[in-house]
Amino acid sequence: MTLLETTVHIGRAEPRLEARDKVTGHARYAVDHPIPGACHAWPVPAGFARGRITAVETEAALALDGVLAVIWHANAPRLEPGDDPNLLVLQSPEVSYYGQIIALVVATTPERAREGAEAVTVRADVSPPDSALRADHPGLYEPEIVNAGYRGRLDRGDFEAGYAASAVRVDATYRTPTEHHVAMEPHATTAFWERGRLDVFDATQASSTVRETLAALFGLAPQLVRVHNEHVGGGFGSKGMARPNTVLAALAARCVGRPVKLALPRSMVFALGGYRTPTIQRVRLGADSTGRLLAIGHDSISQTSRLTEFAEQCAVVSRVHYAPPNLTTSHRVVALDVPPPTWMRAPGECPGSFALESAIDELAVAGGWDPVRLRIGNDTDRDAEGRPFSSRHLVECLREGASRFGWADRDPRPAAVRDGRWLLGTGVAAASFPAITWPSTATARATADEHFEVAVNAADIGTGARTVLRQIAADALGCDEMCVEIRVGDSAIGYATVAGGSMGTSSWGWAVTKACRMLRERIDREHGGEVPPEGVAVTADTTADIAAREEYARHAFGAQFCAVRVDPETGEVRLDRMLGVFAGGRIVNPTTARSQLIGGMTMGVSMALLEQTVLDARSGAFVTADLAAYHVAVNADIPRIDVTFVPETDPHLNPMGSKGLGELGIVGAAAAVANAVHHATGVRCRSLPITPALLLPAVPG
Amino acid sequence: MRPFEYERPGDGPGAVATMARPGAMFLAGGTNLVDLMKLGVTSPELLVDITGLPYHGIETGEGVRIGALVSNTELARDETIRRRYPVVSEAILAGASGQLRNRATVAGNLLQRTRCRYFQDVTKACNKRSPGTGCDARDGEHHDLAILGASPQCVATNPSDLAVALSIVDASVHYLGPHGPAAISVHDLYRRPGDRPDLDTNLPPGSLITGVVLPECPIAAGSRYRKVRDRASFAFAAGSVAAALDVRDGIVHDVRLAWGAVAHLPWRAWAAERALRHGPATPEHYARAAEEELAFAKPLRDNAYKIPLLRNLTVELLRELTP
Repeated sequence: MTLLETTVHIGRAEPRLEARDKVTGHARYAVDHPIPGACHAWPVPAGFARGRITAVETEAALALDGVLAVIWHANAPRLEPGDDPNLLVLQSPEVSYYGQIIALVVATTPERAREGAEAVTVRADVSPPDSALRADHPGLYEPEIVNAGYRGRLDRGDFEAGYAASAVRVDATYRTPTEHHVAMEPHATTAFWERGRLDVFDATQASSTVRETLAALFGLAPQLVRVHNEHVGGGFGSKGMARPNTVLAALAARCVGRPVKLALPRSMVFALGGYRTPTIQRVRLGADSTGRLLAIGHDSISQTSRLTEFAEQCAVVSRVHYAPPNLTTSHRVVALDVPPPTWMRAPGECPGSFALESAIDELAVAGGWDPVRLRIGNDTDRDAEGRPFSSRHLVECLREGASRFGWADRDPRPAAVRDGRWLLGTGVAAASFPAITWPSTATARATADEHFEVAVNAADIGTGARTVLRQIAADALGCDEMCVEIRVGDSAIGYATVAGGSMGTSSWGWAVTKACRMLRERIDREHGGEVPPEGVAVTADTTADIAAREEYARHAFGAQFCAVRVDPETGEVRLDRMLGVFAGGRIVNPTTARSQLIGGMTMGVSMALLEQTVLDARSGAFVTADLAAYHVAVNADIPRIDVTFVPETDPHLNPMGSKGLGELGIVGAAAAVANAVHHATGVRCRSLPITPALLLPAVPG
Repeated sequence: MRPFEYERPGDGPGAVATMARPGAMFLAGGTNLVDLMKLGVTSPELLVDITGLPYHGIETGEGVRIGALVSNTELARDETIRRRYPVVSEAILAGASGQLRNRATVAGNLLQRTRCRYFQDVTKACNKRSPGTGCDARDGEHHDLAILGASPQCVATNPSDLAVALSIVDASVHYLGPHGPAAISVHDLYRRPGDRPDLDTNLPPGSLITGVVLPECPIAAGSRYRKVRDRASFAFAAGSVAAALDVRDGIVHDVRLAWGAVAHLPWRAWAAERALRHGPATPEHYARAAEEELAFAKPLRDNAYKIPLLRNLTVELLRELTP
């Protein structure tokens, strides 16, 4: 791997290429494409969480003008068994979660399809659901592997001995609620079949994966399936793989022999789009009298569905942030009558850092240490498995942040600063996220008029992916950006990895760099430096390059600082300002990087203060399934937020030297807010969100 | 959505006559009704669009007469309202969003339905939506529901901020009923759920609100509205207080106090007012008075926080109003 040395375009702040299309409404999302003859589907969701369908009465729906079909498990085309039972839609009478799709009505208009769906009667044998996560659930078990391929349990040294020998200890249990992504574009798909080929416009972060999934489910050769995702209205992980809507649309289109559009209404996105599992995390910290960590114990509990196992890797963050000689980390999970949880912005690190970084703050208070210095004093150059970090500038982030934020002026006593009716407080937390690179392919083509077409099946979910990829391509080609046309969002381009795991820019960018370099070489070697009239094209695959890298722990790091005000009479918490300082390798585009991090931090504040999906354990239903009840932060909640980068050069990542930034910003954010609330009030909030209902009863009256 | 008919009558009596047809409902701003139609909570067979009727404008005399179709935005920014009844303006601006306030009308604001999750979900038991089916909220998600004046049948709250403000100025609501024009005090307009939670108000069926009259109310010139909610904007209240206070020589001469988000109706805190009048204008006295009112509270499993919330909010707001 050779780093890109000459970088004219990389590092330049540039607006997003598609910004104008988006704000003027020209950008087309999954169901915006005008497809002649398209009809519309509306799902019939289960009104119970556990049971077996005995009958689906479709006559009334079929009698409506414009209703073309009612598809359910008795008449649906068979799908090939796959590895995700949640995608085997309309195949079985068993219902495993509230809101699972029982039938699909297809009609000439969306209104008629919806009316038809309401006319369908479902009869079922229903059992009471087991839907509530609790720490003493008898069904809890310890999976060997948790999400993202981590070992569920990792111990080193002797935790119990280290903990017992510690002068200062913290033992606390933290809870995070069910949270939803609520991306602006709901899960939506347009599907049509033509001569045995399946074309799909899908709201997905991973059209290459969706293509493979659809091919497998419908028993097709992959080249017979094409998935388009030119624009995606946010995903945050919820569109990281094929979802039920994708398969339903394809199934319906096959049944009615016409193109079908299916956009889930917001209420159904809550059950069908995935969510972040609630977590219960016990953290035990032990330190010597100087604040040196001797032991960390992080034991996490989360839920999964009866259909699939998803084990959120909350304790993994405790293998990275600090390096105590004694460590125990474990995960337990229980399968409930709930929809399948999934990736949500920084799965694992996000809720895990709320627990760990809150506990570190508790340790600082218990030991009388400054929380910034405590973290600096426990820095490490290796992770818990002994791997050296490829680069790590957490200390620099903490120092730079403390300086910019004015941390030195802080009075460490809680509830010491007032501004009228408000108590003021500040908090800090560390952040990290893995710097992952995944194999991808890209194609570069030169035309005789010295223009270049670079194609990579990236998904631009609002991040600015196509913008930064064009910057990378221009530097790899050594040409002006204006000479490069970038194409993304089409599985026909060739395999590329998901816009997830913060791996997009690194993975796609490497493939783009490789393709562009190969193209240059070929033009020079085979064509004497002149592009022939028919043009030159090359395709690159980074699989071998990535496999050849040395073994390192690769992570981005950061420090979150925030100031809050709390009205102790009402329990209202308001953010005053927030600063994130991040070391994320070489920053390809400061504008889009800053937006990513501000977005993550905002979502973290939202998680800290607002977001929770309430599940009614009697029915197993999410009862706050709309944007009036599921509160996400609005502009008024985020008055002042800023991002700074610590310069970082890392030769062990990829040719751009970049680390992913999409998830880093949310990590630690909720802990920073909760720590600030403690500083303001003296009240330690170990559950989220910190609403008046939670905080007011805890504030000393 | 189900098919429905649509009429646009030319005058008030015509509108009331049209309402006699089965399944008819009035449509003004539509910011709540259309949502409820989409959710299947309500399925009118006929929408009677009243936006063309002549109930616009704000007329100022001894009191103020506000047309039923005045938009929330227009009312909130009216100079007379802001000067003489600031609580009304503050209450409106504490609710919804700019777009909704532009669209929503005064009468529609007063008649909006509860945001109880179970009322809005037709698959759940709700005595308000479907009498006799039960109440899933009582033992369900109810952290924002009623602590005062509820019944075994219903623990819903009235979501209107405006109604709380109107309560302390003793507004009256004018309407065209089946028997002609009539008026009802805002205190009589709303009701406790009792065993008829399906009825939000005491308006005779088919009545058309034509306007709201705010009587001359000097104490209201210093009135305030304070609302607590989870997020800083665009959320319904966890609790709110409308208050006006007249203190003379350190003694409470007169006071008006009403609470929002605690009951099926805007909760005029009569007992607290009685306790406050002629007592010392001190925080301790304010707290005792609020507690006297809150002695009636019967919180559910997850909404007992509203008791200290309302007490503290009341004390804070009265302190701010104390000269």
